[in-house]
Amino acid sequence: MTAAIWVPLFPLLGWAANGLWGRRWGRGAAAVLGCGTVAASFVLSVVLLRTLEALPPEARSFQVDLYHWFTAGPIDVPMRLLIDPLSVTMALIVTGVGGLIHLYSVGYMADDEGFARYFSYLNLFTAAMLTLVLAANLVVMFIGWEGVGLCSYLLIAFWFTRPAAAAAGVKAFLVTRLGDVGFLLGIFLAFGIFGTSDFGILTRSAIARLPLGGTAATLLCLLLFLGATGKSAQLPLYIWLPDAMEGPTPVSALIHAATMVTAGVFMIVRLHAVYLRAPLAMEVVAVVGGATAIFAACWALVENDLKRVLAYSTISQLGYMFLAVGVGAWGAGIFHLTSHAFFKALLFLAAGSVMHALGGTTDMRQMGGLARPLPRTALLFAIGALALAGIPPFTGFFSKDEILSADFHYGHVALWAVGLAAAGLTAIYIVRAFVMTFLGSPRQPAAAGHAPHESPRIMMVPMDVLAVLTLFGGVLGLSFTSPGDLARFLAPVLAAGAGPLPAESTRGEVVLVGASVVVALAGLVVAWLIYDKRLVRGGSRAIHALLAHQFYIEDLYNALIVRPVQGTARLLAVFDRDELDGAVTGLGRGVGRAGRDLSRLETGFLRQYAAYALVGVLAILVYWVSR
Amino acid sequence: MSVPAVCYLGLSAVLFALGTLGVLVRRSALVVFMSVELMLNAVNLTLVTFARVRGAVDGQIVVFFVLVVAAAEVVIGLAIIVNIFRARDTVDVDDVDLLRG
Repeated sequence: MTAAIWVPLFPLLGWAANGLWGRRWGRGAAAVLGCGTVAASFVLSVVLLRTLEALPPEARSFQVDLYHWFTAGPIDVPMRLLIDPLSVTMALIVTGVGGLIHLYSVGYMADDEGFARYFSYLNLFTAAMLTLVLAANLVVMFIGWEGVGLCSYLLIAFWFTRPAAAAAGVKAFLVTRLGDVGFLLGIFLAFGIFGTSDFGILTRSAIARLPLGGTAATLLCLLLFLGATGKSAQLPLYIWLPDAMEGPTPVSALIHAATMVTAGVFMIVRLHAVYLRAPLAMEVVAVVGGATAIFAACWALVENDLKRVLAYSTISQLGYMFLAVGVGAWGAGIFHLTSHAFFKALLFLAAGSVMHALGGTTDMRQMGGLARPLPRTALLFAIGALALAGIPPFTGFFSKDEILSADFHYGHVALWAVGLAAAGLTAIYIVRAFVMTFLGSPRQPAAAGHAPHESPRIMMVPMDVLAVLTLFGGVLGLSFTSPGDLARFLAPVLAAGAGPLPAESTRGEVVLVGASVVVALAGLVVAWLIYDKRLVRGGSRAIHALLAHQFYIEDLYNALIVRPVQGTARLLAVFDRDELDGAVTGLGRGVGRAGRDLSRLETGFLRQYAAYALVGVLAILVYWVSR
Repeated sequence: MSVPAVCYLGLSAVLFALGTLGVLVRRSALVVFMSVELMLNAVNLTLVTFARVRGAVDGQIVVFFVLVVAAAEVVIGLAIIVNIFRARDTVDVDDVDLLRG
């Protein structure tokens, strides 16, 4: 089990090696190093999975101590990893999907100047994410939490010479930092209540230490959830994710779809025992998730940038995950996290393949008819799209359905209805994206220079693997009544979780599943009719503007926060430049001038010096005498 | 008969003032040097006078020290002046102004 420390350590070594010598060793070495270290972590994670599976369910939890980190008064923080079904599942997603995306990047970034730098960042990200998911206490988790934020910033602003990319990186960093303040305060509060932040102790003593529905529990959960809204791009802190699309597309697939943004969901599942003591906080989580799911789906409807459509889609799907964990369906949340990692990574990589073919265009208005030159990419995108829309038998159907039925069964019918509506919108916007990109007549400018062509094999193979996972990943949770494989595997971790489903859920289940399939199919058909057959025309300009501006939330931020802060900063800058700088440089200049003036006394005439001495002596004499 | 001490002190003051004036106004390094000697000896006269007045010998002992130091000073000072003359062909103190600020 102690070998588990190598899971995050391999990519960390890859980061160091690639960062220090990657440029000198050349692209081949950088690629092998970048992919190899993640692959090694993946193999190790599989070994951990096998080891855990060989044990009886209740014994599947290990703590691996690296070293003692610090002691401060009664607070004791060890550098410790926690190996249990939940963390191993997450590690498998991070290294598995991450490894595929590393491989894809070898082709996607082949001609980039910063090839080695890219892989070193990507490896650092993987290491930080693995630290986050394997952490055994909140403080170690916070290392990973901040580490992935840093890497997110570095990779969004990877092409830092482009002002938009640099600004997007800063925005992502600052907005998530806002949430991190809450997260940090939550950690402090956890120390205050429990005296420790160890997940095991938190889980075991939550019932004893936290009165049900008490202020402490609610405050703790809400503070931690604030961190989750920042990291997982939920309302109201979602604004950084669409801009994050300035980064390279594989980065969007890895960080801003499959792994980092799911950290908030993972954190809540990890602390589910604590959240169960705060029904109000869980209500907030579910409502925020539901609102985000449906709002982001609306905004995706009018977006014309392919990657930004996928970004809003990610926000919306993350909303689904919070919808799940907010009602206590922990397993469903993790299941959707997993399947979303598969199909959204696939969609992003397919979008990257389209961009690759078109020389970097992301505007869907300049696409169209790409199914002819890019049949394989179109097929892969279609698979991802159908999974996203929740059409059986793709993974998205199973996981989304599990969330919706959980909402229904736990008595949150309103949330269920919201989720169902969002599912319909999801089907519409993704079909719209597919139609605009792959069907119809070509709209790309003729001056592109070369005809669109399929991507190289090293990019296609990872997509193929993800497509297979998207097709068959549903078996992980394949069940309408009894818990699926994934749920059974996670059960020991989530033992303190929500109560069992009502026994009579079996009959209603068929109706629920039917409803969600019907809604999804209806969405597909409606979108088909509107965007491909052009049966419906027009639509309200006002509503379009409202959606395109995301209900003007961002403008509100600009007016209320960004502008005042910038104004204050400008004012302070003037003060700094004129007053503070003036004082400092004035002092320096004054001393310099005094020195220059005084140096004129040094004429070099010996007799003058003698006269000075005489004057000095006389002065002293006069002083003595007159005293 | 004895000359009153104030006469010695007056002479000494006059000699010291003359020495100071010489240091300040003469440009030849040699004359400046001689003027410094004059100032030293004016002080020596004062010391001896006060030793007589107080009937103690410590003032006269200090005079010996001054004489010894003055002798040493003469040796070094003259050496410096000779070297300046070799280097710059002049002993005018106003021409030696390399340390002007």
